[in-house]
Amino acid sequence: MSDRLTVRKTYKLYIAGAFPRSESGRTYVVNDAKGGFAANAAKASRKDVRDAVAAARKAQPGWADRTAYNRGQILYRIAEMLEGRHDEFTAELRRTGLSKADAAAHVDAAVDRWVWYAGWADKLAAVTGAANPVSGPFFNFSTPEPTGVVAVVAPDDPLLGLVSVLAPAIVAGSTAVVLASELSPLPAVVLAEVLATSDLPGGVVNILTGDRAELAPWLASHMDVNAIDLTGAAPDQAPELEGAAAGNLKRVLRPSGTDWTATPGIDRMTAFLETKTVWHPVGV
Amino acid sequence: MADPTTLPKKTDQQGLRAFLHGLPAVDQTGAQERAARLASRSIKTSAKAAAIDLAISMVDLTTLEGADTPGKVRAMCAKAVRPDPAVPSVPAVAAVCVYPDMVDVAVDALRGTGVGVASVATAFPSGRAPLEAKLADTRAAVAAGAAEIDMVIDRGAFLSGDYAKVSDEIAAVKRACGPAHLKVILETGELATLDNVRRASWLAMRAGADFIKTSTGKISPAATLPVTLVMLEAVRDYRAATGRQVGVKPAGGIRTTKDAIKYLVLVNETAGADWLSPDWFRLGASSVLNDLLMQRRKLSTGVYSGPDYFTLD
Amino acid sequence: MTVFEYAPAPESAAIADVRASYGLFIDGEFTDGGGEPFKTVNPATEEALAEVATADQADVDRAVAAARRAFETVWGPMPGTERAKYLFRIARLLQERSRELAVLESIDNGKPIRESRDVDLPLVAAHFFYYAGWADKLGHAGFGPDPRPLGVAGQVIPWNFPLLMLAWKIAPALACGNTVVLKPAETTPLTALLFAGICRQAGLPPGVVNIVTGAGETGRLLTGHPGIDKVAFTGSTGVGRQIARQVAGTRKRLTLELGGKAANIVFDDAPIDQAVEGIVNGIFFNQGHVCCAGSRLLVQESVAAELLERLRTRMATLRVGDPLDKNTDIGAINSAAQLARIQDLVAAGEAEGAERWAPACDLPAQGYWFPPTVFTQVAASHRIAQEEIFGPVLSVLTFRTPDEAVTKANNTPYGLSAGIWTDKGSRILWTAQRLRAGIVWANTFNKFDPASPFGGYKESGYGREGGRHGLEAYLDV
Repeated sequence: MSDRLTVRKTYKLYIAGAFPRSESGRTYVVNDAKGGFAANAAKASRKDVRDAVAAARKAQPGWADRTAYNRGQILYRIAEMLEGRHDEFTAELRRTGLSKADAAAHVDAAVDRWVWYAGWADKLAAVTGAANPVSGPFFNFSTPEPTGVVAVVAPDDPLLGLVSVLAPAIVAGSTAVVLASELSPLPAVVLAEVLATSDLPGGVVNILTGDRAELAPWLASHMDVNAIDLTGAAPDQAPELEGAAAGNLKRVLRPSGTDWTATPGIDRMTAFLETKTVWHPVGV
Repeated sequence: MADPTTLPKKTDQQGLRAFLHGLPAVDQTGAQERAARLASRSIKTSAKAAAIDLAISMVDLTTLEGADTPGKVRAMCAKAVRPDPAVPSVPAVAAVCVYPDMVDVAVDALRGTGVGVASVATAFPSGRAPLEAKLADTRAAVAAGAAEIDMVIDRGAFLSGDYAKVSDEIAAVKRACGPAHLKVILETGELATLDNVRRASWLAMRAGADFIKTSTGKISPAATLPVTLVMLEAVRDYRAATGRQVGVKPAGGIRTTKDAIKYLVLVNETAGADWLSPDWFRLGASSVLNDLLMQRRKLSTGVYSGPDYFTLD
Repeated sequence: MTVFEYAPAPESAAIADVRASYGLFIDGEFTDGGGEPFKTVNPATEEALAEVATADQADVDRAVAAARRAFETVWGPMPGTERAKYLFRIARLLQERSRELAVLESIDNGKPIRESRDVDLPLVAAHFFYYAGWADKLGHAGFGPDPRPLGVAGQVIPWNFPLLMLAWKIAPALACGNTVVLKPAETTPLTALLFAGICRQAGLPPGVVNIVTGAGETGRLLTGHPGIDKVAFTGSTGVGRQIARQVAGTRKRLTLELGGKAANIVFDDAPIDQAVEGIVNGIFFNQGHVCCAGSRLLVQESVAAELLERLRTRMATLRVGDPLDKNTDIGAINSAAQLARIQDLVAAGEAEGAERWAPACDLPAQGYWFPPTVFTQVAASHRIAQEEIFGPVLSVLTFRTPDEAVTKANNTPYGLSAGIWTDKGSRILWTAQRLRAGIVWANTFNKFDPASPFGGYKESGYGREGGRHGLEAYLDV
């Protein structure tokens, strides 16, 4: 058996539930931690950004219309699928330089992170919403709603970091366009394969690999993107991206040093929530 | 809104129900807000003087007590004709309103004065009597000389959804009235919702009411601004749809000049100036008259007056 | 037929003592400004009311330094229970002096006294009272056991609700332990300066509240100042965008409450008389100078004709004129510049083929006035259907189905507010869920309350003012 030639994976983009190559035909070489060839990853173009945003926009109302319980179940399903491919992810992470034990621990944590966020889907409204005691004959309530399409510049931590920014972006009903780690994009592409088999509707998550400095400004300036997470943006590029995001007043989550192994708070979810307040008279 | 001229005949219970339930809904909070906002109008100086005289001329001076006597009624009639004996320029009130057995007393006292005599009828205030008794009550009052009949609707029938019964009864009383004007008391305090007020208003108008009136004065709440607002909207819309103008009379609970002026503002800005006359708007009240007189005195003399300067009849 | 004419019923202007000139309020003292002073005008008469100082760079520096000093030495370290008592004091002083403030607001802004007296001032006092109560309960607000203030807040507010916007900015900022430098709008600075006097009457420590007056340049100096930790702005989307760019790459937190083009949706089963009132209140309240105004009426075609007839009848009863007359419904347009903008957009509406109607009304010869106006035959592509007019001008569009109503309502870069009129509860919730707007008024409109979060989606800004949500803008969370 040892002389069998292995079948390699082609690492492509993930847009609208499909795995296309970049429309530009471009790829770039991804090396493993030792400098050896790992794969050719797709090098997305601004037109791929455009297509990904369109896919995310199209998928958003339907995703938000799912019941919170259903979204939670789907996020949990992602955790199940990820667990099932534990060994593959461990191998991918080892290629990025982690020890076997560290890689396995990261995969464990990533699975657990999906589980943690899955449970939030039907609790967020209780924690961030309110019935407001206005002084008049009105019932007044505030509910959180998804902001819409969220652009995510993912951190370089290729799996746990990615999951830690992606799950909170979509749990409440927003959809996402993710720029994966440029250095270690391969776990993101494998994660896309998990997402594609987890009952997550196509377009809810779109993952692009490539030159982030080239692609991020297109997302930051895109007028049909509602929010941008700059967590993984280069420090020297982040201010420019934030400035471009002002074009349509995107909600901006600024880069901040985050320990991905720590239990998250709710701020990554609330960053992509709108508060809607509804008034109605009380009378007979 | 449905065109009332194409309404089914009045005994068509289902058609009537469909029509009344097809009227636009009333949001209570919004109606209350609108009424409160109009009530905050500031009517001062010359406008106040005009409003006071207009209000006096719209008063249906009322006594509806078990203890009413001819003496009491005659005294009230004297007051109705000349509310402030010291000041002849004060207009007379529109009418006096009494029980049927006091109509002849009032007619005698008011002959030739221009002040009308109104009588409650139809087993006022509960309306709980056989139809024949109600009609007899009405005929007796008219025969005694009442020019206006204030009847009560059968609230029980209305609340149980028997709109045809309510409608037929109004129509029967209207026939019994002959030449007398018919004011239909909805007793809005028992109808409970403004949707019901709107429906009862339309029901009464299409059954032949010349006036729609809020209350008997025996049930709390009596007239309120939101209820009157909804009734004014109803007469406005009814005239727009049919060409026939119906009057409105809030009754009970109107005690001060401020109250009275609030109603006039409501009329002015809801139904419109066409209703600003005793022919189309009445205030069913008694104690308000002295307050109107007192405020009038203040405007003319510049000093505040006191209750000892106005008669209590 | 009797004509019931309402005699003039003017509120006495004597209660408000307008001084000839006003300085800046920095570190508890009124001081001169380094810039060229400007005049604030009574828009109902075009008469200059007072000369007001302009803060230049040095003045803004002083104000920010005073706020920083107060934050570090007094206000930041002060226990929440003590901060609360200062805010309660301010709330009480505002109630005590509410008529004076209402009159001054109407004189400086042009809004009817009925509104400044019955809406603005009660809400101002209520806002301070509400946030006063939060000051010592922040650990229970859901932002962790001991949330910290941000520091110094730079706040820039508009001219449409001068004192109310001040309250929305200052009350939560102070309750959370921040100090502030606030710039009122250049056409309406007077109540903010009177508020400075109230801070002094309350014994508020110097530097906790600083008021710098001036035009846009003073605002830019403030929002761009490196010494502040937080920018809060209410105003146009255009300026909001500039501020968002200015703040990009700094550590400053930013909340924005910007423009709107709200849809007011009337279904065929609406409580029609209340809907007419809601439409009137939605667009003619405060001369339509309201970011959340219901400026696009979306009415179901099956009731459009009847509704519009009722609306026109109702509009004919609106009383336009002297803001200090207690019976005035629509006061003066705030400034010549705003009047020009309204006239420009109305002209565009006519040029694009929409049908303009206004009731006959006598407008005063002096001052800035615009009659309540409704445009029918409006297409979604018309400028008057897309741009914020910020005046008493309503654009009417029709729809056939609930889906179409929602699609049209959401078809705008704005997302501040919306209205729904229907008697059917499930339709209200269905529609409210789908509207992309921060405030949805169902069977009511233009209601405000300190306990109720206010703020927009999309280009109407971000962050919420009011309620527990409003604390987040001033806490380090």
